[in-house]
Formats: sequence, structure tokens, C-alpha cells
Amino acid sequence: MASAGSSHDRGSLEEPRGPQGTASGPDRPERRRAFVARGLTKVYGKGEVAVHALRGVDLELFEGELAVLLGPSGSGKSTLVNIMGGLDLPTAGQVFFHDLELTAFDERALTAYRRENVGFVFQFYNLVPSLTARENVALITDIARDPLPAEEALALVGLAERLDHFPAELSGGEQQRVAVARAIAKRPEVLLCDEPTGALDSKTGVLVLEAIERVNRELGTTTAMITHNAAIADMADRVISLADGRIAGVRENATKSPARALAW
Amino acid sequence: MRALNRKLLRDLWKIKTQVLAIAVVVGCGVAIIVMALGTMRSLEETRAAYYERYRFADVFAHVKRAPEYLAERVARIPGVKWVESRVVADVTLDVPGMAEPATGRLVSIPEHGRPALNDIKLRRGRALAPDRPDEVLIDETFAEAHGFRPGDHFFAMINDKKRKLRIVGVALSPEYIYSVGPGVLVPDKRRFGVMWISREALASAFDLEGAFNDISLSLLPSASSAEIIERLDDLLDPYGNTGAYDRDDQVSHAYLSGEMDQLVAVATVAPPIFLGVAAFLLHIVITRLVATEREQIGLLKSFGYGNAAVGWHYLKVVLVVAGLGVVLGFAGGAYLGRVMTELYTEFFRFPFLYYRLSPDVFAMAALVTLSAAVLGTINAVWRAVRLPPAEAMVPAPPAVYRRTAIERLEPRGLVGQPTRMVFRHIVRWPLRAAMTTLGISLAVAILVSSLFFYDAIEHLVQVYFHHAQRQDVTVTFTEPSAERIVHEIGRLPGVLAVEPYRAVPVRLRFGHRSERVAITGLEPGAALHRVLDARLRPAAIPPDGIVLSTKLAELLAAAPGDVLTVEVLEGRRPVRQVPVAALVEEYIATPAYMDRHAVNRLMSEGPVLSGAYLQVDAREAEALYRTLKDTPVVAGVGLQTVMLRTFRETMAETMDIMISFYVAFGGLIALGVMYNSARIALSEHGRELATLRVLGFTRFEALYILLGELGVLTLLALPLGCLIGYGLAWFFAWSFDTELFRIPLVIERATYGAAVLVVLVAGAASALIVRRRVDRLNLVAVLKTRE
Ligand SMILES: Nc1ncnc2c1ncn2[C@@H]1O[C@H](COP(=O)(O)OP(=O)(O)OP(=O)(O)O)[C@@H](O)[C@H]1O
Ligand SMILES: [Mg+2]
Repeated sequence: MASAGSSHDRGSLEEPRGPQGTASGPDRPERRRAFVARGLTKVYGKGEVAVHALRGVDLELFEGELAVLLGPSGSGKSTLVNIMGGLDLPTAGQVFFHDLELTAFDERALTAYRRENVGFVFQFYNLVPSLTARENVALITDIARDPLPAEEALALVGLAERLDHFPAELSGGEQQRVAVARAIAKRPEVLLCDEPTGALDSKTGVLVLEAIERVNRELGTTTAMITHNAAIADMADRVISLADGRIAGVRENATKSPARALAW
Repeated sequence: MRALNRKLLRDLWKIKTQVLAIAVVVGCGVAIIVMALGTMRSLEETRAAYYERYRFADVFAHVKRAPEYLAERVARIPGVKWVESRVVADVTLDVPGMAEPATGRLVSIPEHGRPALNDIKLRRGRALAPDRPDEVLIDETFAEAHGFRPGDHFFAMINDKKRKLRIVGVALSPEYIYSVGPGVLVPDKRRFGVMWISREALASAFDLEGAFNDISLSLLPSASSAEIIERLDDLLDPYGNTGAYDRDDQVSHAYLSGEMDQLVAVATVAPPIFLGVAAFLLHIVITRLVATEREQIGLLKSFGYGNAAVGWHYLKVVLVVAGLGVVLGFAGGAYLGRVMTELYTEFFRFPFLYYRLSPDVFAMAALVTLSAAVLGTINAVWRAVRLPPAEAMVPAPPAVYRRTAIERLEPRGLVGQPTRMVFRHIVRWPLRAAMTTLGISLAVAILVSSLFFYDAIEHLVQVYFHHAQRQDVTVTFTEPSAERIVHEIGRLPGVLAVEPYRAVPVRLRFGHRSERVAITGLEPGAALHRVLDARLRPAAIPPDGIVLSTKLAELLAAAPGDVLTVEVLEGRRPVRQVPVAALVEEYIATPAYMDRHAVNRLMSEGPVLSGAYLQVDAREAEALYRTLKDTPVVAGVGLQTVMLRTFRETMAETMDIMISFYVAFGGLIALGVMYNSARIALSEHGRELATLRVLGFTRFEALYILLGELGVLTLLALPLGCLIGYGLAWFFAWSFDTELFRIPLVIERATYGAAVLVVLVAGAASALIVRRRVDRLNLVAVLKTRE
């Protein structure tokens, strides 16, 4: 089966040379790689009902960049990001985070990896309803090594005024910004966002995107953001397109437009 | 199958472990009802049939010697139906192969025809042949204990002469369904036997020809036993009457009634606990089910299912779970009933006793259970019925939490967010938290109050055998004997100390109350048989006045300082006024004590004795027993060590089974409540937990948040449960409190410890089961869906 990853180089991490047509982009030795994925395949189920969610994906994410993953529904975006976030393991292939091979980790090591390095933002916020905004953030900062104070993280997403409100007392956009604050408060190396604006209207969505953008810029957090929405791709350094479980193309934005300028 | 029913089955299957846990708790309650009431019913019906078929008497009296014609005058008392006069005597037995002496109760039966009352049922062998004075029928328990068969023989000390008795048959009598020897706590099959012998033979052996010393009456249904007893006493009093009494004071009947009362007490206390807990568990499960199926309910209604159909759907869930419990309970109850009945056949001798499964008991148990289940869940079901379809289709608003009052006291940052979550979950559903706590504490309480019986019995043994009655042997004399017998006994082999006593049967009267008891006159400064005060310290018997056991004082409503009328029922039958000098603590029977010399004065008799307490050198015990068996003056020999041993064996036999059932029941309640509580928590917070796991929380941390609530509630429940357990123990002690027997309210710390441990183990088991689910939480799935 021909695929974008069929001729990929299984070379060492020290000297990765991305073949043409993969997501590694042009060789730029000065940029350091946060993630390297090699030959990722993910098959759900077996036999007749087997679903090939990923069919050989090679991908690199550079430190400090903001990458947007675009693609039609079912193209494997969430599957890919979940694997990078240590939530899931591929059926075949390798994922490296710096020099750590995530695909060789066990459950305990993956938990520690998520705890120390990854910030997640989900489509449905997933806040803890019994904790206030401040406490939802504190939930993470309590267990992090060098966290931002919860108040500061919330200020970063423009919620300094809503510290003591429970999720039930916040709007969807506010809840999502609490989720962003919660994700970045531990100063993670990577921020993974799966359709962070999927449940929000355009105006509220922009507020959330601004928060993400600001974190990426000010804290230098490597950010991968999934979206269906091509308009959002304009705020990215690079736009990675998926289709049918394969990388369909990688585009580098010459100029990033600020999130504030986006609309859909 | 209709689609809705298929959904019902799938819903149930999804929560099958919870369903099973609840059904088991329901089953425990049903099983106890079926067992207790079923067994009670069997006993009651069997006893009634037995009494009727074998003409068990209604009123009983013993005299020293009354002429036979008096029986005819008794028969003429209005209301008396039948009269049977007899000769009855307790004798010392020498049984081949047994060193220590046994006591035999010789009961006369007519040489021709059947006795008018208290007939016997011949089980094996043949009836007595006329003119064979050495032939006896023996009771089945005694026969079994010694492996006696018709044709075997043993010896009895009958009126100063050792006589050989030949066994021709084995029999049972309604008078001795429960057969316990004189002065003994529990039946001892080897050392007490009832035997039936021809009236002529017994009368001639005891010089009672043309006379009787025992009389039984049956009454017409309309007759009042109190009146007849009074008139009977009037007739018998000149002949050494010890006071007539009715069935309530007949030992066998009273024990059997006591047992039935206990069954009723168990059936009253235990099932409501189980059914209450089960109703609560059903309530939370159905509430949760309705909450999670909110949108489905809206969908059903918008498709045209009516409110009634939706309500019936959830009611069916309740009925299926409760019904499963009822089925389990029926099976368990039938099994327990059989076990109980088998246990009873050890102590209660019936010619027939079967555990009949009475349909109405089953029907009642099922009805009570299903009603409790429906009542417990009606609120939750009603919520589903009331839910407007439009509202149901919109996802439920997120649960609104508040900061708890306690938290305001807490300096910020001291308590981590997980702990904060735990407390907010508790406060969010305070009633549920309270009920969960109550449920767990009831489990502790059941454990405490069932294990308590061991402590109580141990305490009773310590007090009775090691503090109060420290003699090795109690000897009773056939006749009041002169003091010099003390020296004769002192010279018998192995006797280290002799402490004589004088016992007389009396009727004590105070106000309008009266009790028939024996006054035991103890030697001043007695060291073997002592009496103990309320704090269980040895108390001295004052030279004058009477000392009452607390229960006797309660029955008479008398207190120290009150003056009782003492009607002696022996000898010249003096009637005297005697002040109550003190009260003493006794757990068994309702004794009264006086100074021995004071009893002699009361009787206007010389220094005579009824028996003696002996301290014996164990190495020479056998020689002593041999001598005692052949000593004419000795009517009975009580052996303290044997009594203690049989007491312990009997208690172990009866209590071990019941207590292990109740410990299992308590553990099952704990498991049911805790497992359900953990599962509900998982269902409510599963999404949060998965999110936290995604965010890098470890399994342990997730488990802490999930089970922290249960942990806190358990910690609250443990002391509460110990307290309720104490209350239940008090109730059991109170409801078992009879004239025959009382249970001291003593609970050792180890008992609380064991109860707490069982509950903690149940909690740990629930946590382990739920942990496996936390480990398998699908982290990716929660990110895809909105709650
Ligand atoms: N747990 C699963 N079991 C079976 N198939 C799955 C599972 N998770 C995802 N898939 C399938 O894998 C494919 C890729 O899914 P994925 O969630 O990665 O898509 P996506 O690009 O995120 O789509 P969307 O934009 O709709 O979120 C889909 O065809 C999906 O049906
Ligand atoms: Mg997706």
C-alpha cells in the first residue's frame, strides 16, 4: 500500500532527514524538534471491522512552534494528538518526545509524562464541577514542579475576575479559558488542544485562541491545535493537513495573523 | 420481547454487580423473616399438636405426700378437666461406664392403661409389663447419650437402696421436650435422664402406696388457671405443697416459649435493618439510573410513551432487583430454617418436628420486602414520571457545588484540591451521605450486637463459675440432715472443704406480687458459694434479713428495706415477715439468700442442712464420685466442671451457627452499602476522574478522589455503628431477659475491634473491585463526548 510514509527514513533521532512529502518540512538545522513521529499506524478493531485511523504518519513538531492540524472528520487528527499526548499507543511506529521514546513507555511512565510535560485543552472543557476556577487550576499546580500561580495563569487568559466561580457559574468560553489556564499553569513543554473552539461561537472562540496564542508566544510552549476550521489555520506557524490517516500536506505560514484578526 | 423490556434487561446487566449486592441485602432480610417466623411457626404448631395428642397438663403441683382420694377432690374443682396423680422422684444413678453420678427423674405411669395427662410416646422397645418393678422406660436423649438399648440396665439409689433397673423401652414426653436437670444451667444428656416406671413399684419404693407426691391438671378452655391454682393450693397445702404453677413456670414449656420469643425478637429487629438499607440502596441506584437516562426518558416521552409507561419501566427495575432478593431470601431462609430446626432437635425433643415451609410466611416476607423496595424508590421513579420531555432532551445542567461551611475555617492551601473535591461531594448530597453513613454503621452495629453474645456469655461464665459458685461439687440431701453430716462428708475421699447450706421452697409476697422461689441459706463467711454485689464484689450475707437477686427484686418490685411476707412451703409452713437486706447480681434464675442460721430460725427448726458445697481434690474425684453414688443420704450430685463444660459446649453449638450467620449478614450489608456507594461515585465522577487521569493524575490519586468520600463516611460510621451496636446489644439483653436467664450487657473492646475490622475488610473489597474499573477508565472516550 503506497502511503506518504512508505519511504520514510528510520534513521536516528540525531540526524533525522525527513523525506519529501512528509510533515518534517524543509531542513532547518537551527530548529530543535520537540516531537518526532515515525511510521505511526493505528488500527482500531480487527478483521472485517478494522478501522485504520492512521496509516503511516511521519511528523515533526519544533520547539516553540504553533502547529495547526487540519483535516476532515475521521481523518485521524485526534488519534494522532492523543498518541503524542501519551493517552494512547500506536499499533506500529515510534514517537519521540525529545529523546524519550513514548511508544516504549508503560502506563505509569505515560502518566508521569502527561503530568510533567503536557497540557491538554479539550473540546468540552472537562472542568471539575466541584472546584472553582482557581481550584481547577490549582488541581494541576499542586502537583506540578514549577507552576505559575493559579491566579497568574487565570490572569493570562483574562479571567482574573472570575477566580472563585464554579464551572456551573461560567459561560462556555470562560470555562474553556479556565481549561487553557489549567493546561498551561504547570508551564508544560507542549500544549495539545483538540478543537478548543469546537463548542464555542466565533467571538468567544477568538478569546480562547488569543489565550492559546499568548501562552505560545510568552511561555514558548510548543502547541499543536486540532481544528476543522481553516480560518484558524492562519494563526499557525505551520499547518499540517491530514486526510484518511495520512499527512496530506504541510504548509508554512509566511506571516501569522494574530488570533484577534480571525473570524469565521 | 418488547424493546423497552430489552433495555430494562441491558440496564440491569450493566449494573449487575450492584443489582446482586442489593439483592443479597434484601435476601438477608427475607431470609431472616422466613427463618425466624417459619421456625417459630414450626415450633409452635409442632408443640401444640404434641401437647394435644399426648395430653400435656395445664397446671402442676408437687407435694410431700397426699392421700390418693385428694386427687378426686382436685378433680371436682370447677374448671378442671382431667387430673393425673403421680409419684415423681429424683434419684442418683450409677451408669455403667461413667465415673460421676447422674441424676434420674423417676416418673410413675399407671400399670394399666394410659396416663390421663402427660402421656408418653414409645419410640423403641415395649411398654412396661405389669408386676415388673425393675422395668423402666428411659427418655430418648439419655438413651442416645449412653447408647442404651432395650435390655440394658443401670443402677439407681432408690430410697437408700441401690436397685438395678432394666430398660425395656425408649420414650418421649411433652413434659420434657426440653429436659434439664435440677440446679443445672443447660441440658446435660449424659447426666440427667427422665425415666418412667410403674406407679406401684415407685410408690412402694418411696412408701407412697395409696398416696401421690405429684399432681397434674388439665383445664377446661373457659377456666382461669390463677383461680384453680389458688384452690388447688388450698387443697394441697396441708400435704407439703410446694406451690402449684401453670405452664408458664413449667421448665420445658418456659424454655420453649423463651426460644420462640427470641425468634420473634430477631424477626422484629433484624429484617427492618436489612430492608431499610436495601430500600436506601435501591433509592440511590434508581435515582442515578434516572439521572443518567434523562435524555432517553425525554426521547421515550417525545415518541409517545406515556408517563405511566415510563414510571412502570423504572418500577420494574425495582421489582426485578427486589424480586431477585426475595428469591435469594426464600432459598436462604428455607436453608437457615432447616439448620435451625436441626439445631432445635438437639435441645428440644419432639416425636416429630419438621420445618414446614408455610406459604403465608413466604407471602408476608415477599409483600413486606416489595413494599419496602417500592416505598424506598417511589420518589426516584416519580422524578422520571414527572420529567417534561422537552426539558429532558436538554442535557442536565451541571451539578451546582458550593463551598462548604467547614472550608471557611480552613486556611487556603492547607488542603489539596482532591480533598476539597471529596468534601464538596459529601456536602452536595448530605442526605445520601448521612444514609450511607447510617448504612455502614448498621453493618457495624449488627456485627457488634451479634459478637456481643460471646462477651456476655464469657462474662456470665466468669461471674457464675469463677466468682460466685466456686465449689467443685454440690451435694443435695434426701432429707434435711443434722450438722454432723458435714464432718462425715469432710472425711470422704478427696474432699478439701465442705460448706453446708439450707434451702427451702418459699412463696415471697410483696404488695400484690408474689414469686415462688427457694431461699438458700448460706454459711456465714461462705467462701465457695458466694454472692456478688452490683459491682461483682463478694458480698457478705447479713445475719438477718433476706438478700434478693436483682431480677427477683424487680419481679417483686421490692427494694432493700421493704418487708416481704415469706410463706415457707415446707415443714410446718411458717409465714414470716422478713426485711430485704440487700440485692445481689445473678444472671441465672431468681435466687434469694439468707444466712443459714436465719433460715433455721425462720423454719423454727434445729441446725439442719439441705446439702453442701464441696471443694474437691481433682485427683481423687473418681473415688469421691464412687462413694457418693452409694451414699443413701445423697439425692443429687452436681458437678461444676462438668456443668461448665456442657454449658460451653451448648453455647458453642447454638451460638456459633447463629453468630456466624449474623457476622456474614453484617459483612454483606457493609459490602452492599460500600460497593454501591463506590459504584455510584464512579458513575457520577467517572468523567472527572478520566479527565484527571488525562491531566497526569495517577491511578492512586484518582482512586483517592473516588473513594475519599466513602472513606470519610466510613470513619464517621465506625464510632456511630459501635454506639448503635451497643444499643442493639442492650435491646437483645433486654428482650432475652427472663426469669430463667439474663444476659449481661458486656461488650469487650476486641468485639468492637472485630466489627470494625470486618467492615473495613468489606470496604477494602469494594475498593478493590472499583479500582479495577478506575484502572480501565477509557481516557480517550471522555474527551470525545459532552457529559
Ligand atoms: N475507539 C475507537 N474505536 C474504533 N474506531 C475509532 C476509535 N476512535 C477513533 N476511531 C476511528 O478512527 C478514525 C479516526 O478517528 P479520529 O477521532 O482520530 O478522527 P478525527 O480526525 O479526530 O475526527 P473529528 O474531526 O471528527 O474529531 C475514525 O474513522 C474513527 O471512526
Ligand atoms: Mg477529533
